[in-house]
Amino acid sequence: MAWEHFAHGADIGVRGIGATQAEAFEQAALALTAVVADPAGIAAQVGVDLCCEAPDIELLFADWLNAVIYAMATRDMLFSRFELRIDGHALTATAWGERVDRERHQPVVEVKGATYTALSVAQDAGGAWVAQCVVDV
Amino acid sequence: MDPARLTRIGECEWQLPMTGAMRVPGIIYADEALIRDMDDKVPEQVANVAMLPGIVKASFAMPDAHWGYGFPIGGVAAFDPDEGGVVSAGGVGFDISCGVRMLRTGLSVAQVEPLKRVLADTLFERIPAGVGSTGALRLSADDMDAMLRGGAGWAVAQGYGAPGDLERIEEHGTMAGADPRRVSDAAKRRQRDEMGTLGSGNHYLEVQRVTDVYDRMTAESFGLAEGDVVVSIHCGSRGLGHQIGTEFLREMAIGAKEAGIVLPDRELACAPIRSALGERYLGAMRAAINCALANRQILTQLTRRAFHAVFPGARLEVLYDVSHNTCKLETHVVDGRPRKLYVHRKGATRAFAPGHPDLPLAFHATGQPVLIGGSMGTSSYVLAGTSRGATAAFASACHGAGRSMSRHEATRKFGGRKVVDDLAARGIVIRSPSMRGVAEEAPLAYKDIAAVVDAADRAGLARKVARVQPMACVKG
Repeated sequence: MAWEHFAHGADIGVRGIGATQAEAFEQAALALTAVVADPAGIAAQVGVDLCCEAPDIELLFADWLNAVIYAMATRDMLFSRFELRIDGHALTATAWGERVDRERHQPVVEVKGATYTALSVAQDAGGAWVAQCVVDV
Repeated sequence: MDPARLTRIGECEWQLPMTGAMRVPGIIYADEALIRDMDDKVPEQVANVAMLPGIVKASFAMPDAHWGYGFPIGGVAAFDPDEGGVVSAGGVGFDISCGVRMLRTGLSVAQVEPLKRVLADTLFERIPAGVGSTGALRLSADDMDAMLRGGAGWAVAQGYGAPGDLERIEEHGTMAGADPRRVSDAAKRRQRDEMGTLGSGNHYLEVQRVTDVYDRMTAESFGLAEGDVVVSIHCGSRGLGHQIGTEFLREMAIGAKEAGIVLPDRELACAPIRSALGERYLGAMRAAINCALANRQILTQLTRRAFHAVFPGARLEVLYDVSHNTCKLETHVVDGRPRKLYVHRKGATRAFAPGHPDLPLAFHATGQPVLIGGSMGTSSYVLAGTSRGATAAFASACHGAGRSMSRHEATRKFGGRKVVDDLAARGIVIRSPSMRGVAEEAPLAYKDIAAVVDAADRAGLARKVARVQPMACVKG
């Protein structure tokens, strides 16, 4: 399991890698958090339940990131742990985190939304699931 | 990009020939050096836009064009509803009506320079900026709808500014056709704490000095002279616009197939203008434009109050307010006949020519002020719309420098503290809640704005009027 960022001209790409689609989605959400602040400094104190449903797995991934972005924006929270279950093209999840502390978290930037640019959910040559897209900041 | 991919048709004008499913050619305005520096994704995205139904004349890219999502940033395209034209949520983007407002302060560099640190501190204290910042206003459901209908006009009625401000704003401060009923509860909820906030990323409030005047008569009409101090505010429609963009992008991506639209890129999600979905989006998107106009109006008044605390009696007047992520219904002459078109500008500024009926009287002789934002350490520019520009790219010009370096690379190369110290050594005061944010927005992470503006000027899209340089910057 791993997450990483990839370069985009104006913005930034988030990528999650895992043994399952669910793991890849969880890791990508960590990559999303890391656009804003260091996940290591965010306490997993409060759980927020999220759910999404979409016509295909790629839109489900974008919906997932947008659900996390919306929860961050409207609850003034940052998340550092995700538990996620995918059932077909629907998912249920719990995101664990805490309220933003501007001094301690030093948040860098708001994420406006997950785009469909470089959007993919697929297995790599080694069989690992990779979920990624560019997010607008 | 290799210029050999394009056909040069003017000093600063290049054509991307029609291939495959392109309905019109692409036109990129830039000099050869800018073309060589341009990402290969730009012509790819220009070509993709050219494939959309109902596109008129060409798919355009401005001199600051760079890889965006769906449209290039710096992309302009117009669509005719009578020819099956579309409106694209991807073509407007997430930060609907992001734009720049410039205020004249009536103060000189000599007056402001000794107090610029105090001024920067006062602005930083009073202008909510950065992640998690909240505004003082909490709107009821009825007030939210009134704001979404009224835009800056609503803000003035609430005591944020004066009626005279409104004529110095595109659409005279209120975008017609806004329909708050088309804005989801989720989008309204996301905006609840964000009225009168600057945001983050490349958004800023900057105190600037006028260093160069290129067109003295126009500058005088705009009320600008060398040594004047102005303020530029760069921000958009905040969480409400982001959520509207997110929701309609999804709905249009899913609905395109049913509407018989083949999307070369999912991000170009669009719907026929004459469809229920297209009309709903237009109603919501126009409401988001009003949200952005109201937001910049509130920030203007907060800026005035901050100035008054440091310079009692200072009169800050709006020079102009432009939006650079929009879709607007405009009349343009194409092949000798006026046509009503839906013009998408994604990272591009409207630049109406002298005499345009939508301009306030003050700008009838000069053309529209075109405000081009730089980065913290570089110049910004004031340009004016031209007759040549009106017939070139549907009266459009560039919007900024455009990034030359990803945020990651910028963070690797520059430390935020060092950027602040280097700028301080050049006399530029930075106030920001995030040092990593400052590093990501380091001036060297952007293209040379002078080259971009020169290309826009030489291409005739707009003409240079004045250059301003930063004295102090509040960075979100």
